[in-house]
Amino acid sequence: MSWLDYFRAARKDEPPPSASAAKERLQIVLAHERIGRTREDFLPKLQQELVAVVARYVAIDPGKVKLDLDRGGDMSTLAIEIELPGPPANKPQQRAAAG
Amino acid sequence: MAQVIVVTSGKGGVGKTTTSAAFATGLAQRGKKTVVIDFDVGLRNLDLIMGVERRVVFDIVNVIQGEARLNQALIRDKRVDTLAILPASQTRDKDALTREGVSTIIEELSADFDYILCDSPAGIEKGALLALYFADQAIVVTNPEVSSVRDSDRILGVLQSKSKRAEEKRDKVKEHLLVTRYDPNRVERGEMLKLEDVREILAIPLLGVVPENESVLKASNTGTPVIMDTESVAGQAYKDAVGRFLGEDLPHRFLEPEKKPGLFKRLFGGRAA
Repeated sequence: MSWLDYFRAARKDEPPPSASAAKERLQIVLAHERIGRTREDFLPKLQQELVAVVARYVAIDPGKVKLDLDRGGDMSTLAIEIELPGPPANKPQQRAAAG
Repeated sequence: MAQVIVVTSGKGGVGKTTTSAAFATGLAQRGKKTVVIDFDVGLRNLDLIMGVERRVVFDIVNVIQGEARLNQALIRDKRVDTLAILPASQTRDKDALTREGVSTIIEELSADFDYILCDSPAGIEKGALLALYFADQAIVVTNPEVSSVRDSDRILGVLQSKSKRAEEKRDKVKEHLLVTRYDPNRVERGEMLKLEDVREILAIPLLGVVPENESVLKASNTGTPVIMDTESVAGQAYKDAVGRFLGEDLPHRFLEPEKKPGLFKRLFGGRAA
């Protein structure tokens, strides 16, 4: 029987069944979509306004803003990474522009 | 007053037309005066599944445009005398359907029929919205597969917000879940969403489960609604679903894998039924 055991052992290394992944992914995506049905999705606007606030104080390059959204089951994270320019080298007029 | 039932799903290819044909035939076999309307203007297929494609003279668009009377466009089924089919137009574009036109047709049919089944096109565009607008009840056809479940959830949202009942703030459209193409073997292997998972996610009452079955393709090949294949598991599953729809308390069948025949049977037992 030992050669049969070989096949049995090999089966245990199979990846976990995919149906549970399907269920989990559906539950998360639908939880978010159902909220969106009754309320407008505020995230794009939130992102815009946050970046606008930063831009009021620091001259930022709009091309150097990185947004990452991860919609999770219990918690979603929104990460906004804004690259700030280095200290202005002898540019006194910068101050006036920021004010 | 007739009950208007929409057969819908959001996603295409899940079995709306197969279900419309089977369900309409099943209701008619139970003596209910039933008419089934194809709303898929431009891509009509219900006529083919019902086996009446050679008898189509006028269609729903002709009636709406006043080019034919409703009675001229209705095709009476030759197998079940309480069943009629109103085909979609194959040549017009879907803008030819208007809410007023459909409303008039449904009102007129209400006088003569007990049930009006609306076979919805896929998507959530005009044709699909019109198919569900007048519905009192909805059969949501879902495959145990992520995109189908997601689209079903979406269409449930549409039913609750864009149907006539929703707009008039009357009792909401009564929803029924019909899971089709269910493969108990794949479920057992963990490759397919379990019935319980789909029910938990969509959270509407279950009308029936139709297993993946060869008989469905055979039925469409010959233009015979699969419910008429009383030997097949799909036919029996649809018959049960019709029974439940009419208030019978029937247990769900075909949810477990069939016992695999032994090696001997597989080699010498001929073809499995």
